[in-house]
Amino acid sequence: MRVVIAEDLFLLRDGLIRMLEAHGFEVAAAVDTGAGLLAAVDEHRPDVAVVDVRLPPTFTDEGLRAALEARRRVPGLPVLVLSQYVEQIYARELLADGSGGVGYLLKDRVFDSAQFAEALRRVAGGGTAMDPEVISRLLASNADDSDLGGLSPREREVMELMAEGRSNAAIAQRMVITERAVAKHTSSIFTKLGLQPSDDDNRRVLAVLAYLGR
Amino acid sequence: MTGDTAAPGKAIAPRQRGSWIGAGWLGSVHGLAFVGLALAEAGLILALTLELSFAIFVYPLLLVPPTLLAVRRLASVVRRLSGEWCGVPIPEPYRPYREPGPRAGTWQRFGEASGQLITEPATWRDLLWMTLDPLLIWLLPAIPVTVVGWGLFGVLMPAYWNPIVQAGGNNWYAFIHVTNWLTALLSVPLGLAFIALGLWLAPYFLRWYGQAARSMLAPTKQVALEQQVAHLSETRAEVVDTGAAEIRRIERDLHDGAQARLVAMGMTLSAAEQVIDDNPAAARALLVEARDSSAKALTELRDLVRGIHPPVLADRGIGEAVRALAMDSRRKIQVTNELPGRPAAPVESAAYFAVSELLANVSKHAGASHVWIDMRYERGMLRIDVGDDGQGGADPSQGTGLRGIERRLSAFDGILALSSPPGGPTVATLELPCELSSPRTSSF
Repeated sequence: MRVVIAEDLFLLRDGLIRMLEAHGFEVAAAVDTGAGLLAAVDEHRPDVAVVDVRLPPTFTDEGLRAALEARRRVPGLPVLVLSQYVEQIYARELLADGSGGVGYLLKDRVFDSAQFAEALRRVAGGGTAMDPEVISRLLASNADDSDLGGLSPREREVMELMAEGRSNAAIAQRMVITERAVAKHTSSIFTKLGLQPSDDDNRRVLAVLAYLGR
Repeated sequence: MTGDTAAPGKAIAPRQRGSWIGAGWLGSVHGLAFVGLALAEAGLILALTLELSFAIFVYPLLLVPPTLLAVRRLASVVRRLSGEWCGVPIPEPYRPYREPGPRAGTWQRFGEASGQLITEPATWRDLLWMTLDPLLIWLLPAIPVTVVGWGLFGVLMPAYWNPIVQAGGNNWYAFIHVTNWLTALLSVPLGLAFIALGLWLAPYFLRWYGQAARSMLAPTKQVALEQQVAHLSETRAEVVDTGAAEIRRIERDLHDGAQARLVAMGMTLSAAEQVIDDNPAAARALLVEARDSSAKALTELRDLVRGIHPPVLADRGIGEAVRALAMDSRRKIQVTNELPGRPAAPVESAAYFAVSELLANVSKHAGASHVWIDMRYERGMLRIDVGDDGQGGADPSQGTGLRGIERRLSAFDGILALSSPPGGPTVATLELPCELSSPRTSSF
């Protein structure tokens, strides 16, 4: 699987390259600016791009803008955005086109390299990977929502994991229940929130995120 | 001082209340009130003259300071009325006046009071004003009143021309010699014309009067500068204080938080290094612990950074940052952003933290179901309204939070206004003078 990395700090860029190669990814290019990312995406057509939000020359949200632009130029290009902090507003911009293949994670998540590699594979496969902190903030700002109040604690837990982008199998493993139980919870969640039921992992994640991001 | 946003030397147009006729009547009534004021002023000047004339008996002198203070109060009434009635606001020119201590003796108090009043240049300007003002009032605000009165006399002529002529009066109304019904009736339209003229003139004369009053009663350039310097040194001291307190807080947070965690992490790693050969399982557990420590340190640093300068604010500016703030709130907040550009970074930061504090207040007290934020740029000011439909009754003198916001804003000559009648709605408005830069155009 071929990856393009855009990260301006040498230490982190180097670390990312080493870690991804250790997990069997092929790093096609590693650049340090937003413009560089666009050029590298054009040249290498990677399976997925890993982009830091803050890049030179502005050191603001240059990376995010570049990632969105790259997805505009190469529709469906999977992009995993990394940041020192997560903001709902940026998560919504990434999810806005509703086509999946996006990830938005705190840089801390790199610490667990196996999980990070799994998230990256998920994004490359057209799925989503939302940081648990984004999800918990989305949930907190919807805490007074009466529909959410109708969910059981177990269902809420399932929904959080689902919103992060995990498959039924991953949720089952994480919660130590059967996959069939997870499927029951998810269909109940969809009914309670009035969402279209779906078997496609990615569709249901986007539905939940759209619900939370209203 | 901070509340005075009108630029000096620039008059605000007289208030438009309905038609010019309404404004004229109001102006005439105000003119009449100024005539009453002229009497009070003349009375005070007379009192002062008498007190000084009888100074030879010593005791009348004791009345001079209270009289001068009365002069000051009356001058302040003129200043206020000039703003409210004539559309020419006049700031107070006085240095702070210290009331003499109650325990001091009579003459000591007299000395302290008169010393302060005599060395205050505004006292002398007030006195000069007060001697001239009765005349000025007759020249300006009273003239339209007289014209209106003269018009009324003409309009009512049919009612009393006969008795006047009977009594042998040689009754001229303007250029009409009123001797019979025809001429009496002719004076009605002429009277109406006079009334119209008087009403039309009234607002202009009031405005001119206000401008004359300002030339005498406003602070002189030097006093205005002194006041500005006092305001600046006060706000500068506050800025330095809050800046220093902020740095101390950051230092403490780093010391107790991230720094301590990094130390712990180093110790855990060295412990892992010691046991790695003999007990790989224990070493692995220690490494996991070290990783958790580093994650916690990162979380703490992130929270700290958010408190210093939120990243969205730096990335996207005040509009998006406030929107992000609203998104993170538990309630639905309606955000309207009509800013055409971005203010300078320090202004943005002050505005952001003020809005954040106001929102915290709303969630603490208001019991509101609907909260809205409205951002716009008007007349060189960044204006942000934070409103809620809660129970209202917020008192700015109560909350230290509101006082803190005011302090932060005052460093930029900004102000915070709060309207919170019991029963709501509450609207807090902050205004910061600033310039906007054009929105950043992305390279993509």
